[in-house]
Parts: sequence; C-alpha cells; structure tokens
Amino acid sequence: MSTKLQILKLDVWFETIHAVKNLDLEIKSNEILGIIGPSNSGKTSLLRTLNRLTELYPNSRTTGEILMDGENIFRQIDVQALRKRVGIVFALPLPLPLSIFDNIAYGPRLHGIKDKTKLAEIVEKSLKAAAIWDEVKDRLQTNAFKLSGGQQQRLCIARTLAVEPEVILYDEPCSGLDPISTLKVEEAMQELKKNYTQILVTNNVKQSARVSDRTAFFLMGELIELGETKQIFTVPRDKRTEDYITGRFG
Amino acid sequence: MKKSVEFIIEKLVLLSGIASIVFVILIFVFLLKEGLSLFGETNLFSFLFGKNWYPISDPPQFGILPLILGSLLVTLGAIVIAVPLGIAAAVYVAEVAPVWLRDILKSGIELLAAIPSIVLGFIGIVTLAPFLKNVFHLPSGLTALAGSIMLAFMALPTIVSIIEDAIVSVPKNYREGSLALGATRWQTIYRVILPAASSGILAAIMLGIGRVIGETMAVLMITGNAAVLPTSILQPVRTLTATIAAEMGEAVSGSGHYYSLFAIGIILFIFSFIINLLADFFLHRKRA
Repeated sequence: MSTKLQILKLDVWFETIHAVKNLDLEIKSNEILGIIGPSNSGKTSLLRTLNRLTELYPNSRTTGEILMDGENIFRQIDVQALRKRVGIVFALPLPLPLSIFDNIAYGPRLHGIKDKTKLAEIVEKSLKAAAIWDEVKDRLQTNAFKLSGGQQQRLCIARTLAVEPEVILYDEPCSGLDPISTLKVEEAMQELKKNYTQILVTNNVKQSARVSDRTAFFLMGELIELGETKQIFTVPRDKRTEDYITGRFG
Repeated sequence: MKKSVEFIIEKLVLLSGIASIVFVILIFVFLLKEGLSLFGETNLFSFLFGKNWYPISDPPQFGILPLILGSLLVTLGAIVIAVPLGIAAAVYVAEVAPVWLRDILKSGIELLAAIPSIVLGFIGIVTLAPFLKNVFHLPSGLTALAGSIMLAFMALPTIVSIIEDAIVSVPKNYREGSLALGATRWQTIYRVILPAASSGILAAIMLGIGRVIGETMAVLMITGNAAVLPTSILQPVRTLTATIAAEMGEAVSGSGHYYSLFAIGIILFIFSFIINLLADFFLHRKRA
C-alpha cells in the first residue's frame, strides 16, 4: 500500500498548551487508522491539523511538515483545496440549517457545480455511500434537523463525501449515537474503504478494535505505540498501551 | 410591621406597572378623540389622498398625500442607504475584524447612536446640503436625499447592533461545518451565516424603519419642508412628523388645522405600530 499522508516532526500548540509533540506518522492509502487515547492526548488536535482547521484558532501554532501524496499541505496546497481533499466528520452531527438535499449539495455548489441533474446525482450517490439513502430518499426537501442523531451523522458523512475527498477524518463520530446508529456508521466506513483513506479518532477503544486496520495510541500529545490493530489489542508492546486498552486508566 | 411594608411595596410596584399602561391608553384615546374630530369637516378619503396641504387657506385643504409620500420617500432612501451599509458593517464587526478592533468599532457605533438628532440635522445643513447642491447642481441642497442620508446615519447603530447580535448567535458549528467542506470565509458568510441570521436582519431593518419614520428634528431641518407631491429624491419634501412639529405651535386650538395635526399623529401611530409588530414577528419567529 502506498503512503497517503506523511507526518514529519509535527508539533501543535494552542497558546501554551503543547497539544501534539514531535509526531512522525505515516498513513497508508485506503486504510482505516484508528487513533485512541484518553482526553487531552492530542487526537483531535492532530485531526484538525490535517485539514488545517486549527488555523481557525488565532492562538494556534504548528511546526513540522505534513505531506499528502508528497505535497506539503501547509505550503503547496491551497487551504480550501486541502479541505476539499481532506474531509472531516465532527463529534456532534452538525447539519447546516438547510434541507437534506441542500446540505449535501452545499459542498459541490461551493466548488462550482450548478447543473441540477449533476447535483441530484451527487446527492443520491453520497447518501447511498453513507448508507442513509433509503431512509431519506422520499423527503430530501425537509429540514435536516428533523432527522435523528444517527441519521444526521450519516448525513454529515454524505456531505463530506459529496465533495469527493481523498481522506476522511472522523472525530469521535459515534460519541452521541446509540449502538444501532453506531453500527450503521461503522458499516458505512467499511464500505468506504475501497475509495478513501480514513482516520478514526475515538474514545471507544472497542470501536477502533472493530473498525480499524491499524491503531495508534496517543498519550499527552505523544504517539506511544502504532501497529496492526490485532497486535495492539492482543500483544501491545508498551505497558501504557496495555493499561489503557484494558481499562486501567483513561 | 414587616407585613405592611411588604404590602405597600407590592402595591406600589403594581401601581407603577398599571400606570404605564394607563398612560398609553390615555394618550391613545386623546389622540383618537382630537384626530377623529377632523372628519366632521373633511372625509377620510380626501384626507389620505388629497394632493394639497393648505390647512390655513380658505377653505382649508387637508390632503396629506404629499406628506405621506414625503415620509415614505425619505424613509425608503434612508433604508436603501442604511441596510447594505449596516449589513456590511455588522458582518465586518462580527466576522472579520480582529478582536481589538471589534471593541473599538462597537463603541464607535454606540457613540453614533448617542449623537442628538438635532446635531445631525445641524451638520446636515452646514455640510451635506451645500455638498448635494454642488454635486447635483440644485437650487437648494435641502432635499429628500439629504434627509435620507442623515436618517441613514441615525438608523445605522440600531441596524448594525441588531444584525451583529444575530450573526454572533449563529452557532459556531455552522462556520466550521462550512469551512471544513472547503468554503472560503466569504462563501461561509454569504451562504450559511447570513441566511441563518435572516430573522434578525429583517427585524433590524424593521426597527431601523421605525427609527427613521418617527424622526422629526433632523428631517424638519434638512428636507426643505415643501409640502408638494415628490417626483424626485432631489426635491424638497415634507414629512408627517415635520409637519406636526412645524405647525403645532401656530395651529389654533379647536380648529380644523389643529385636529388635522392630530389625525396625522394617528397615521404615524399606525405606521409605527405595524412596523413594530413586524419587527417583533421577525425577532420571535421560530425557525421552521
């Protein structure tokens, strides 16, 4: 498998908080990388650095390099283009105050697609890929807030897919969802593996065990251990990893 | 002892509350009584749609159409100027300006609200009117346009602060959601934030109109005070409010002229009432 993202000596600060410390990490094409670790371990900061959302916070600072397909995301890729290529699904589902259709069409419209049949095609394809099409196909014009939490989250995944990204970041996507909705989101992720590189930050260790190919364990901003998911969950090399996944702290 | 103090205070508060309502009702009744007395002399139709306002000629003519159109023209002009400026200023203050500048701008806008309208009228006469006169080669710069510009300044603080509140209360999530899809800051403002704040924007416009249509002093000073049917914004006009202010002092109590000014008051009251009602509707409208 080829390398999709190459993180080199990455440090991220928010004011005086050193959120990500000297990180080297390679993410392969079409894998699902699970990132686990207790709160404040830098997981979310890392995700938000990958599509430069950290820049919305005026006091954040980043050093080091991140290469996507060999290009430096800070210098060689324009920030809007980067965010189109690296989509993110947030912890709380956040539809825009628009109809279901317009939520999905929002991204493509931003990027210049105006043709109605083309938009309708994209909407259908994205909703299908996020495994929510059958539940909403008869009410595309209703307000997205009328959907349940689990449906809203899959809608947000569909919205991310609609701009045809290459990488999808998930920031604890199932933290507010019931087990059945969680299962549906996880199934959608498995389907998406064919075409996308996915990074899943989760507080739910078992979710990473179920879904990801490789798992990385973070603690206090440092990458403690990275390996095949099976290996991490059966024979972790580091004592701290073992303590965390067996529930001794965290 | 304690109980009686409690009792007295309670009743005093109650009385104050009732008093404000009673006063409003009394004012309204008085206005109606005086205003409606006019309609023995003239009928409603020729009052509202009469083209001539000659209250002291013989026989007097009480047609307030020129005054209504004067008020509407000045108000419309002011809103056309103030709304785009207000939206742009509010977007800048709420979304674009760095924090230190935001505070300065907000106090500046509040200060603008604190300028007495007569001072604005005065500045209008001294600077704006000669300027308009030169630019448009007019016989006089005291025109509806001058009134609109000054009133736009008067309405701006209301409009900017209400729109800014509306923008700030748009959930932060919408911004992140939009930016994360690759939208630029402007696309996010235009496509997500302004639509989400639209109720507040409409309410701001309504309250701005309310502020403008009731304004008296500045328009009295700088609109030229000619009670003729306006055909252009570059022409002197007279508003409903300015008419009352200018003529109340010399109207003979109990005359048709006197009653007609009260009737104008009723018309203004109805305008303001409708506008406040609309503003209230937009402010409290639940999002569908």
